[in-house]
Amino acid sequence: MPWEEVLEGSEAVALAIKACRPQVISAFPISPQTHIVERLARMVAEGELQAEYVRVESEFSAASVVSGASLAGSRAYTASSSQGLLLMTEVLYASAGMRLPFVMTGVNRTVSAPISIQVDHQDTISLRDCGVIQLYVESSQEAYDAHLAAFKVAEDPCVLLPVMVCMDGWILTHSYERVCFLSQEEVDRFLPPFKPPNYLDVENPKSWGSYAEEDVLMEFRYSVQKAMTCAKRIIRETWQEMAQLTGRNYGGLVEGYRIQDAEIILVAMGSVAGTVKEAVDQARESGQKVGLARIRCYRPFPHEELWEMIKGAKVVAVMDANFSMGSEGAIAMDLKAKLYGRPSAPLVVPFVAGLGGREVNTHAVLEIVKSARQCYESSIHPLEAQWVGLNAELLTE
Amino acid sequence: MGSPEKGKREELFVSGHRACPGCGMALAVRHILRATGRQVIVVTPTGCLETFTSPYGYSPWRVPWVHHLFENGPSVASGIAAALRMQKRDHIRVLVIAGDGATFDIGFGALSGMLERGEDVLYICVDNGAYMNTGGQRSAATPLYASTTTDPPGKLSSGKVQEKKDLPWIVAAHKVDYVATASVAFLADLRGKLKRAMEVRGPRYIQVDSPCPSGWGFASDLTLEVGRLGVNCGLIPLLEIRGGTLTRVRKITKRIPVEDYLRVQARFRHLFAPRRQQAELSRLQSLADEKIKTYGLLKG
Repeated sequence: MPWEEVLEGSEAVALAIKACRPQVISAFPISPQTHIVERLARMVAEGELQAEYVRVESEFSAASVVSGASLAGSRAYTASSSQGLLLMTEVLYASAGMRLPFVMTGVNRTVSAPISIQVDHQDTISLRDCGVIQLYVESSQEAYDAHLAAFKVAEDPCVLLPVMVCMDGWILTHSYERVCFLSQEEVDRFLPPFKPPNYLDVENPKSWGSYAEEDVLMEFRYSVQKAMTCAKRIIRETWQEMAQLTGRNYGGLVEGYRIQDAEIILVAMGSVAGTVKEAVDQARESGQKVGLARIRCYRPFPHEELWEMIKGAKVVAVMDANFSMGSEGAIAMDLKAKLYGRPSAPLVVPFVAGLGGREVNTHAVLEIVKSARQCYESSIHPLEAQWVGLNAELLTE
Repeated sequence: MGSPEKGKREELFVSGHRACPGCGMALAVRHILRATGRQVIVVTPTGCLETFTSPYGYSPWRVPWVHHLFENGPSVASGIAAALRMQKRDHIRVLVIAGDGATFDIGFGALSGMLERGEDVLYICVDNGAYMNTGGQRSAATPLYASTTTDPPGKLSSGKVQEKKDLPWIVAAHKVDYVATASVAFLADLRGKLKRAMEVRGPRYIQVDSPCPSGWGFASDLTLEVGRLGVNCGLIPLLEIRGGTLTRVRKITKRIPVEDYLRVQARFRHLFAPRRQQAELSRLQSLADEKIKTYGLLKG
């Protein structure tokens, strides 16, 4: 029977994973990912979840174990954060290249130095180029739903790539929220057992991870890009199926919030969207035509859907919770690259907000709106990102 | 599951690969798979073996084989073993066949983790004592005073100044059931060790001394001879260690001085010319003497 309960975001994720019946789980502890993998360990210890749980000596090995399990044809899951995700980087490139459809949770946390356990998107954004699909969620409910969808997308024969569900550390993993759950029967119907098209099989021996040179390597890379492109359709279809099953419809790869007729559109992803929606409502009440385009799938980058949402706007304010040192935030870069050359493209104003857990409240969002409006009205085209809420007193020359 | 008798005769690592002439590693792998039979999955970390067996579109492996990365062979193998248990396919055995760089250096943490967790994986290190794939740079498996491209002999250097990491005993300290050292020059001994290793479940480790003509500097028809000299001088003891205790040694039939082993290899040439480096030669001889004494390698 479907049921609902108020519980911690991490527990909602653990219950989603359990319902997906992974055969192999592997993890190394790092805050704030720990509650997810601890809960899964208890499920295995109590016999509630029949899975091999491999308690490894590093995140590098955690990703390698699920990669090996996937090579052998099993559904597999891991989770990490921050430094752990960075340590997994090499494994994730290779796993995507070998087309291994495991699922992982990227519990968002900033990266060192300075060391901090607070949230931003620097960790997962640093993995944007490796061929792992990245979904970003706003709530614990969406985290639950996205993990169910993630396996289905990953294992689709036209995708066969790892999928990472990115959720904000602490804000989502450690807060309590009402979450609606599907029954096991419903999940089983939605997500049948994994049937890998290729796996390590003694009856049909194949070689994996071969050495490739200039005659074939580009084609391998292109095949991953093709899978990424195809994944857009699969993700949309999967979310539609999920919406029919649950009655919860978040939209496609991008969620539009009060987008119609909006002149100023904020672009953001993750849990900050809740605050942004509140700020949008306040702006609307004061007569400003403001909306939000919340990116739910960052890789593959949903530029088609973003364009449909923002093409009528005057200005787009991008809120990046990450920064590419020496350049700007990743979403702004992606968006501007895809808009370049479109004659009617709106002005894009880049902002960096919420690094290392810095609070982004409705006031800050309304300031971003104001600043974006000023840029548009004064025809200023800022080439550098504005850092929101910097404390000037701490910045010495 | 195929009959083991049939499996023994089957060639599962076939010709056509791109190993250098006289490669000890290629020989070792052919005999390893003859001994294990076809009900195995092989993981090979980055290194010579990966490079010479896997140019895309070609493969000498007639068993399922995967190369993933340099430092994660034990972890990938752990994941495969876990999946096989869940799929009730665990009659299929998981092997890692790795070089010494992957084993002694970059993958050492993952190896220790695999051993500590008690994973059902047979880890075979085919040891040629340096990073031969990238041009012969030093690894922790490089023997004392060998010349490599990153510790070349010179006015201030006698080659590598550290002793080889004693990895079999480090593995044994994890209390694993089966640890052995072997040599491609003693194939019957190697086959026996593989047979005994395959009879055990859980983590197992075999380190196979594998002379490398291009890296060590000897003619490609002397691989087995160089391997024999290494064993017979005492520097490469052939041991079995079970549950942390030495249980069997292969006795040296005809003991030779260490110099006879060193002289045939260009990597030790600087110990003899332009002038004889007596202190270094004496230290290498006492290293061999010590091993012979410690392990009781002489008959009688």
